[in-house]
Amino acid sequence: MHYPEVSFDERMATVEFRVGERAHITVDSDVCRSCTTKDCVHACPAGLFVPTTDGGILFNYEQCFECGTCYQVCNAEGAITWTYPAGGDGVVFRKG
Amino acid sequence: MPDDTMTADAVVVGAGPAGAAAALELARAGRNVVLVERGAYPGAKNVYGGVVYGRILDEVVPQWWTEVPVQRWVTRRATMVMTPTQALTVDYRTSAWDHSPYNGMTIYRGDFDTWLAGKAVAAGAQLVTSTVVTALLRDAAGRVTGVRTDRPGGDIHAKVVIACDGVNSFLAKEAGLLPRTSPEHTTLGVKEILALPREVIDERFGLVGDEGLDIEMLGCTSGIPGGGFLYTNLDTVSVGVVVGLTGLAAAKTRPEELIARVKAHPGVAPYLRGAELKEYSAHLIPEGGYRAMPRLAIDGMLVAGDAASMCLAAGLWLEGVNFAIGAGLAAGQTAAEAIAAGDTSARGLAGYRRRMEASFVLADHKRYRNAADIVLADRMQREYPGLICDFVEQVFTVTNPTPKIGMIREFFRAVRRNHVQLRSLARDGWRALRAFR
Repeated sequence: MHYPEVSFDERMATVEFRVGERAHITVDSDVCRSCTTKDCVHACPAGLFVPTTDGGILFNYEQCFECGTCYQVCNAEGAITWTYPAGGDGVVFRKG
Repeated sequence: MPDDTMTADAVVVGAGPAGAAAALELARAGRNVVLVERGAYPGAKNVYGGVVYGRILDEVVPQWWTEVPVQRWVTRRATMVMTPTQALTVDYRTSAWDHSPYNGMTIYRGDFDTWLAGKAVAAGAQLVTSTVVTALLRDAAGRVTGVRTDRPGGDIHAKVVIACDGVNSFLAKEAGLLPRTSPEHTTLGVKEILALPREVIDERFGLVGDEGLDIEMLGCTSGIPGGGFLYTNLDTVSVGVVVGLTGLAAAKTRPEELIARVKAHPGVAPYLRGAELKEYSAHLIPEGGYRAMPRLAIDGMLVAGDAASMCLAAGLWLEGVNFAIGAGLAAGQTAAEAIAAGDTSARGLAGYRRRMEASFVLADHKRYRNAADIVLADRMQREYPGLICDFVEQVFTVTNPTPKIGMIREFFRAVRRNHVQLRSLARDGWRALRAFR
């Protein structure tokens, strides 16, 4: 039995995010260009990291679960800088 | 919160189960305690994966089960060993867990954490939400003297800081107690909450009234070290996987794809027919256990809950919320005593560890300190589920007119067919016996 999965956008639309003005993730694409694995692209459960044609990383912070997977799997210190969004901002799990 | 610097006896960072319990004990001891939470409400940033075991709550509220925001009381606890097309389920059911004092329950973290933090507030703690603690305040000698928050002028000075700031604990990292990253000791849990009518859940899972089911799964993560879970709420079912970060990164498989595979498994799919996705969530889990725990007390600061790697991930036992509450209670009691005695140095706070060694919090962690290695080992993940399922399948496959060959020969055939080395099987069996003794 296989049911049609919801699209990734529909999946993310089930989560409430209070998007703050400040990006709580920063990525140093210069470091990323020398990265061969780009583990953040596959591992981030919110799919926030996208490789660019020039070998860098494009990311958005708006739909972040604040889980920390990206900086934990990143093998280059300093490529991903990660803090919490401002108080009250960011993901709001309704059930959790 | 006023725009000026605040002073308190204690500041607790994070209003999850550990923080709420710590603040509760301090407030009960008559101490002025501030409980700081970065979410809009307690639980807004939190996710769990199955069952909250309530026994520790006996120390929080008498007859807590009459008021806790429960979804269902777990009366069925199943373990499913799977390959992509097979599943062997050991399903335990007891009516001992369907009435007070109960054993485990399913909850929503938004409800549960808000309820628990409410107990601290009722006892006199001051809860400050939507506020991020951004740094520790320290004196010239390096002892922790409070926290900086992201509010203007939002420093809070305190005799003790209790860091209950979760798996990413930036406070424990800032204090040098935890490494910046530890992917080898960290797993990612991803979960879907799926809506189904209550009667449908009751029928499909064989439940009555507020009974609930929790299934833990092994062999459902495409060879990535980890496992899966499914548990019932009142009118939703939660299903997800937990996978090691190192293995996930190496496999280059998307986390939501791993959930999709579990949901499509022939042993799971019929349960979820027609269910509608209500919330997708993700959270890290510290699974390093006893051997990965940081120092728990330094001058002016204690660490509790996920921040101190207190999730027990020992295969059969996957517990976190209860350990966080146990640690939080011990931290709050210790801090209250240390404040009263006028010594909140590491030495004055040393009773925290002794308290937890005498209780389940550190005793269980110490006893099962090697269990996670066994469960997440390659053979346990990639070889043994197939071996077990294959053996059971052969035992139950009737081969008439060929006669049965007997269980022992059948087992060794399965061992050979699955390319399992007998020597490693024996060694792993022995190690498992020792790890779970």
